[in-house]
Formats: sequence, structure tokens, C-alpha cells
Amino acid sequence: MSVASLGDKSVVTRADFFAPSLGKRLAYVAVFAYLVYAAATLGLSLDRIEKGVGYGVRFLAGFFPPNFTETDIIPGLLESLQIAFLSSLIGTALAIPIAVLAARNLMPPWVSWLARLLIIFCRSFHPVIVAIIAVKAVGFGALAGIIALTFASIGFVGKLLSEAIEEISKKQIEAVRATGASFMNVIAYGVVPQVMNRFIGFIAYETDSNLRNSTMVGVVGAGGIGGTLFSAFQRFDYNFVAGIILCIIGLVMIGEVLQIYVKRVFR
Amino acid sequence: MTSATVEMQQWIRFTPLQRLARFAVFIVMAVAIGWALKTIEIIPEFLYDAPEQVVDMGQRMWPVDWAHFWPVVWPALVETMHMSAMATILGLLMGIPVGFLAARNATPFPWVNLIAKFILVATRSISTLIWALFFVAMFGPGPLAGALAIAFHSIGFIGKMFSEGVEEANRGSIEALQAAGATRMQQIIMGYWPQVLPTFWSVALFRWDINVRESAVLGLVGAGGIGMALNAAIDLIQWQRVALILFTIFIVVILIETVVTQIRKRVI
Repeated sequence: MSVASLGDKSVVTRADFFAPSLGKRLAYVAVFAYLVYAAATLGLSLDRIEKGVGYGVRFLAGFFPPNFTETDIIPGLLESLQIAFLSSLIGTALAIPIAVLAARNLMPPWVSWLARLLIIFCRSFHPVIVAIIAVKAVGFGALAGIIALTFASIGFVGKLLSEAIEEISKKQIEAVRATGASFMNVIAYGVVPQVMNRFIGFIAYETDSNLRNSTMVGVVGAGGIGGTLFSAFQRFDYNFVAGIILCIIGLVMIGEVLQIYVKRVFR
Repeated sequence: MTSATVEMQQWIRFTPLQRLARFAVFIVMAVAIGWALKTIEIIPEFLYDAPEQVVDMGQRMWPVDWAHFWPVVWPALVETMHMSAMATILGLLMGIPVGFLAARNATPFPWVNLIAKFILVATRSISTLIWALFFVAMFGPGPLAGALAIAFHSIGFIGKMFSEGVEEANRGSIEALQAAGATRMQQIIMGYWPQVLPTFWSVALFRWDINVRESAVLGLVGAGGIGMALNAAIDLIQWQRVALILFTIFIVVILIETVVTQIRKRVI
């Protein structure tokens, strides 16, 4: 209801300001109908839930007591750490020039579009999918994991860093340019000081995320603890599975705490 | 002020402790990288061979097998979309209550906050693939296991964003409700909820975007969707079909990102 029509009425009600919009309601109904339909396609039935919960309880019971005694855990975790560190390093090193090229305030449109396309390409595939391809290309082992997570890092750091560069203040760049600085000088004295702190935050976040994913890529044979986990799973050694999962949770939690600490130091 | 005192005052950007902390971070980074480089086991032949192998694989992916799209890839894609939509809704249903419990202002009991925060961190630390292994064992292979896996994994993210949104909520309206004698539930529904509604939409859309990507891998462990088609094609060494599926995922992810950006611009 429009404001003009309010003048005719003596009483103003809530409905005058929060008029129900037909389009919005139709959209809600459509979304709801879709969700009901999608839920129906999942094949959920009471019988299935009942059986499933029974299996789940048995499965969880198999987890106890968690087994930490096997010797495979530590080497697996260390390899995951190696993969996470090296892929963060290589990924970030490659992401910096790509992010500079992708920033629309520094580059002509066609260059930034190409670079952005590359970033989107790296971002659109889940690390595990890239890991499958990498395993096929370079064989089993940590190298495939590093390649997969490097891809993910380029996408992630590239996107965030290029956005951070696009948000910087133009004035400092103009000031540096006015002194007759070359392009590299503009980057070094105009751009870097403005994005450095956020950049370190991105690296910390990225390393944390790589650490999570490095425990996962092993499932497809790309090195790390994931392979140990998957093979334990396949031989129904659930006590060992529980031990590995708890170790992964511990590692990820440590990573998260460290990430927060690093961000605080560089605020 | 005389010139002598000006010379003596020196502006230092960081305190010594801050500099020490920064230095420590850099040292730790360098040591970690050095250790990783020194001890990692990479077979050199594989490394030298890699470019050749990648080129070879690229050649085998061409020409893309477009005929494979309608019979196999399209149904799998539709299943992936259903799966990710259900997972987002379930994740929101489970994550929002935990998010409210984790927020210090909406739930003023420190031990409840602590338990809720632990749930958020724990669900997030277990990757989707591991959740999927678990739910496939429970409900058998299929999209149901996939949807549940993504939903449980996304509790952590959704709950964390939500509790942060709730903690930033304005106290004024909450105090007004308290003064009027509103119960805790009424405070949440009438006071906090309208304030976190923008957070709700942005989290829901953002998570849906992530969930579509995630659901593409779950097929590897039998949890339905386009990942299953991908896995089948890889196992059968049908690289031309692999290329088609990867291309499809790429296009879908770009489309969804565009849609999400457009909705965010208009609604939020």
C-alpha cells in the first residue's frame, strides 16, 4: 500500500507499513514447494531412519575405546602438516601476482578478466576433486596432495587478496605515482603497506584451511593421514578410525587457535 | 618544544613485545616450511614426469563426450542440487539453535556457551567426507547420506557466523523487551531474530554456495550426486566423460555464484 493512500484513512495500521508483497509470498511458497519435493527425492522413510539409527549406534559403539597405539598415526599427521605448509607456501607465492593482475583498479579490464577467470577456475573445484586428477597425473603420494591444495590456495588467496587490493585507498597510489614511481614501486610503496595485515590474516586462514583439507585428500591417495583413515575404515578397524578422527580434530583445533593468535599479532 | 627534544623523541610503531611476537611468527613459519621441505617424501621421477603426464591426460580428455550429458550427468546434477539444498536447510535448522546457545548475550550461562562452542568446532573439524563415510554406513549409499553429511559439517560454520551476528546485536531493543517482561524465547524471537535476519540470509546463501561444491565430492564415498558420475568415469578411465563432468561442475559453480551475488545485492 502506498503512502499517498494513507491520507484518506483516519487510522493507520501496521498493515499500511508492512504490506504483504505478493511476489515475496509466491517466492516463499515456491521455495517451500521445492524443498518438499527435494526432500521426497532423498527417499526418507521412517523404517529407514529406524534402521539407520540402529546401525549408527552400533557403529559408534565400535569406536570405543579409540585406538591410538598404532604407529601409522604420527607419520600420517606429519605428512598432512607437510602438505599443508608447502601447498600454502607455493599457493600463496603463485596467488600474489595473480591477485595483482586480477585487481581491477590496477590493471586494464582484459588482464583482470583473464586473471579472475583463472581464480574462478581454481576456486570452483573442491580440493578432493583436484586431488583425484592430480593422483592420476603424478601418481600416489604427497606430491598430488600438494598440487591439489596449491590449486585451492591460489583460488582462495587470489580472490581475497584481489578484493583487498580493490578496496585500498586510491590517494596513496596517486601520491606514489606523482613522484614518478615505476609500476613495481607503486606496488611496493602504495599497495603492499595497505594490504599487508589483511594478507597475513588470509595466509593464516589459508594454512588452517589447507590443514583441514590435507587430512582429507589422502582418501583419494594424495598423501597424509586421510589414507590411513580410509584404509582403517575399509578394514572395519573402527577403534583405530576413532583414534585417527580424534587426532585430526585435535590438530584442526590447534590450527584454529594458532590462526586466531597469528591474526591477533598482526592486527 | 625545542628542536633538541624533538630529536630525542622517536616514534616506534610497535612495542618490543609486538615486534617479538611478529618475529616469532615469521621464525615459526620459516622453520615449519624448512622442516616440510627437508622431510617430505616426493619421488623425484614423479615430479619430473608431471608436466608430461598432465599434457597426456589433457589430450585424452579431448574431444569432450557431450553425448554423455543428458543420460547420466544431468540426473546426477539434479540430485546434487537437491542434496545441497536439503543440506543447507538442515544445517540451518541445526546450526541456528546452537549458534544462539553459543552467543554470550542470548544465553548468559558460560557452561552452555562452552558446550555449544565445542559442538561448533567439532562438527567443523570433521570433514564432509568423513561425515559421509559415517552416514553411508548408517543409511546406505545415496543422496540422503550426502545431505546429512554436508548438513552436519555445516553446523559449525552456520553456528559460528550466527553466534557472532547475535553477539553484535543492539542491546537497546532487548532491554526494552526485558523491561516489558518478555521471556527468553520472546526476547530471541522478537528482539534478536529481526536483528540477525540479514546475517541469516547471507549465511544461508553463502553456505548453499559452498555446499554445492562440497556435494560434488561426496559421490566418491557413495553419497550420491555428480561425484558418483565423476568417480565412475574416472574408474572406467573415460577421460572424455571426466572432462564433461568437470566442465559441468565449473559452469554450475559459476552460475550459482552469480545468482548468489545478485540475490545478495538485491535482498541484503
